[in-house]
Amino acid sequence: MDFDLSEDQRLLQDSLTKLLADKYKFEDRKRFMKSANGWSQEMWEAYADLGLLGLPFAEEDGGFGAGPVEVMLMAEAMGSAITLEPWLATVVMGGGFIRHGASAAQRAAMVPEIALGKLKLAFGYTEPQSRHDLHDVATTAKKDGAGWVLEGRKGVVLHGDVADQIVVTARIGGARRDKSGIGVFLVPANTKGVTRRGYPTTDGLRGAEITLDRVSLPAEALLGDAGNGLALVDRVVDETIAALAGEAVGAMDALQKLTLDYLKTRKQFGWPIGSFQSLQHRAAEMMVCLEEARSMAMLAAMMAAEPDATERRRQMSAVKVQTGRSGKFIGQGAIQLHGGIAMTMEYLGGHYFKRLTTIDTMFGDADHHLTQLMAMGGLNQAA
Amino acid sequence: MDLRFTDEERAFRQEVRDWIDANLPADTRERMAAGRTPTKQMQVDWQKKLNAKGWCVPHWPAEWGGQKDWSAIKRFILLEELQGTPAPIPLGFNCNMLGPVLIAFGTEEQKKFFLPKLANLDLWFCQGFSEPGAGSDLASLKTRAVREGDHYIVNGQKTWTTLAQYADWIFLLVRTNPEATKQQEGISFLVVDMNTPGITVRPIITIDGAHEVNEVFFDDVKVPVANLVGTEHRGWDCAKFLLSNERTGQARVGASKDRIRRLKLIAQNAPGGERPMIEDGRFRERLVEVEVQLKALEMTTMRVLADENRQLSERKPNPASSVLKIRGTEIQQAISDLYVMAAGPYGMVGADPDGDRWNEPELAPEWATLAQPTYFNWRKQTIYGGSTEIQKNIMAKAFLGL
Repeated sequence: MDFDLSEDQRLLQDSLTKLLADKYKFEDRKRFMKSANGWSQEMWEAYADLGLLGLPFAEEDGGFGAGPVEVMLMAEAMGSAITLEPWLATVVMGGGFIRHGASAAQRAAMVPEIALGKLKLAFGYTEPQSRHDLHDVATTAKKDGAGWVLEGRKGVVLHGDVADQIVVTARIGGARRDKSGIGVFLVPANTKGVTRRGYPTTDGLRGAEITLDRVSLPAEALLGDAGNGLALVDRVVDETIAALAGEAVGAMDALQKLTLDYLKTRKQFGWPIGSFQSLQHRAAEMMVCLEEARSMAMLAAMMAAEPDATERRRQMSAVKVQTGRSGKFIGQGAIQLHGGIAMTMEYLGGHYFKRLTTIDTMFGDADHHLTQLMAMGGLNQAA
Repeated sequence: MDLRFTDEERAFRQEVRDWIDANLPADTRERMAAGRTPTKQMQVDWQKKLNAKGWCVPHWPAEWGGQKDWSAIKRFILLEELQGTPAPIPLGFNCNMLGPVLIAFGTEEQKKFFLPKLANLDLWFCQGFSEPGAGSDLASLKTRAVREGDHYIVNGQKTWTTLAQYADWIFLLVRTNPEATKQQEGISFLVVDMNTPGITVRPIITIDGAHEVNEVFFDDVKVPVANLVGTEHRGWDCAKFLLSNERTGQARVGASKDRIRRLKLIAQNAPGGERPMIEDGRFRERLVEVEVQLKALEMTTMRVLADENRQLSERKPNPASSVLKIRGTEIQQAISDLYVMAAGPYGMVGADPDGDRWNEPELAPEWATLAQPTYFNWRKQTIYGGSTEIQKNIMAKAFLGL
């Protein structure tokens, strides 16, 4: 067991942290949010220059062969600046499907483009009725000669408005909530029948509703197994949960620091408010929550590559429960300790709170995963 | 960064498990599995076995019986296996409190005389810190030691003295200079033979009915000056050092895991209306919530251990360590509450923690009769060793800069 970062990992962390400290101040973020795409093309290219966009892909495919720890470090830095660019959608989610589900030829064609920042991806898994159930898929995929025809709707697709290709789940067979019969398809956004309606999400990022109206795809659009797409989805989602845990820790850590700075400078009754014990104790409790989340983000990085899918999901559910709880406690506490100022759009603090809220929501909030974990019998064996 | 146990660490865990299985006496195992504390004799016998194996004080320097090449992780594995069996763990007063203080501050004679006896539990030490007027504000302690020639004359009262009824010796904070400008600067650290005339031990019976803690009175007790540890008036340095040691043990991750595993088995059979307790939604939800917290605590413990593995010079105060006491104790209390929930009405039958068997022939399973007493007793955990509130004060100062 070894918690130290390697030289390369430290370098990665330092270079990204430095880049964001220079170029991703709150004022920059506001400007990026107002631009046409809602994020910064210039930063996107800077990430590509740092090698971040090719990070987790195999070297033989044109990536950098990094593992979950590197992704965690990257996510943490991104979380501390609450970045708006589609790195999670492209590299972690879309990229995950390319890594685990695409053919060698597809990887050879796509990975270098992703690494250069020229190809953006998104993952559509939510449907109006599905809530957090990844297997609840009403979108259909029907065989059409050698290819497929997709029909249905995907909702709240993170960065689905700008993605060049969108990974979607569609039902090849079985009933709407069956766990088998799900296929994973790679849909070029410009395919006939694909319509997109983009919108800002509450955290300042971008989402899209995507309608698939008789969308014809070639045979190779199917990623992985025809009947068992859910296993592939679970694998990529678990990796994404690990990345989100890192991002959440970055956001919590930054929000905690912001709150402590405020406690030390804001004066009431003639004293810095941080000298009051009731506020100190709440800040201490927030730190406990932060450290718990940090520990669980490390657990997530450790478990992201676990081949036993049941064990992996069990631990990831625990990660979601803890990061959700910690994020809520720190987010709500930070606003309360600040007072009115953190209620304003003009103040940075509230924006962390909002991102922490959407991170909790993504792939199932803490209570959803608590229920999942209960159904799995918890973490420890009876003895 | 690689957060998995190495093959070597895994093999060591198996070695420990096998050794405990082969050596732990059946009556000790049975008593502890039921959730009772070991008797004095059980503790002494087991600690001697551990010490002979070299597993009692691995964290001490090798010349005093420590294990030179053991990582913090390896020590944790040993502790976790002991807690998880459960088997008695080496007496904290001897091995984690006084031992390290003597190693850091003691004279050569003190080390030679005491350290082997501490490790082997030839002498049982208790801790004389708290006083009726000095709880969280420990430095306000009043027990007075006045130097007269080769002796100190000690007068005063200590309280909450755990297992003083078993103890051969006591380590003690006393006030040697009441005139010091800061109250921390007039305190000294003494070790005292409990057989010295003038010492009286009176039991305090806690709400669970147990005799675990005591009041200890000092009435003109003559203590040789040779029993001073460290510098006169600088005892606070020893106390601070002692309180900062072995934070990772306080989390009691292994013990909590064992309690949860047992509780799950119990709840599969315990009646919970139409179905067994484990299928009660509220019970199950609370149980799983605790499991998640415990997992976070386990990972946090690992992080602190990895820190302790570094050279002293590279170590920074780790805020993760504050989590261990606060959450570790909350989790243990939450588990004890779940046992009460699982026991239901027959939990009211209760048991005498010191072993008076009115439950024979059995009215309720032993675990059920222990559920409420344990729940009552464990309220202490967020109070002792620096209460949760004191921990938060410390965090605010040390880590939050408030």
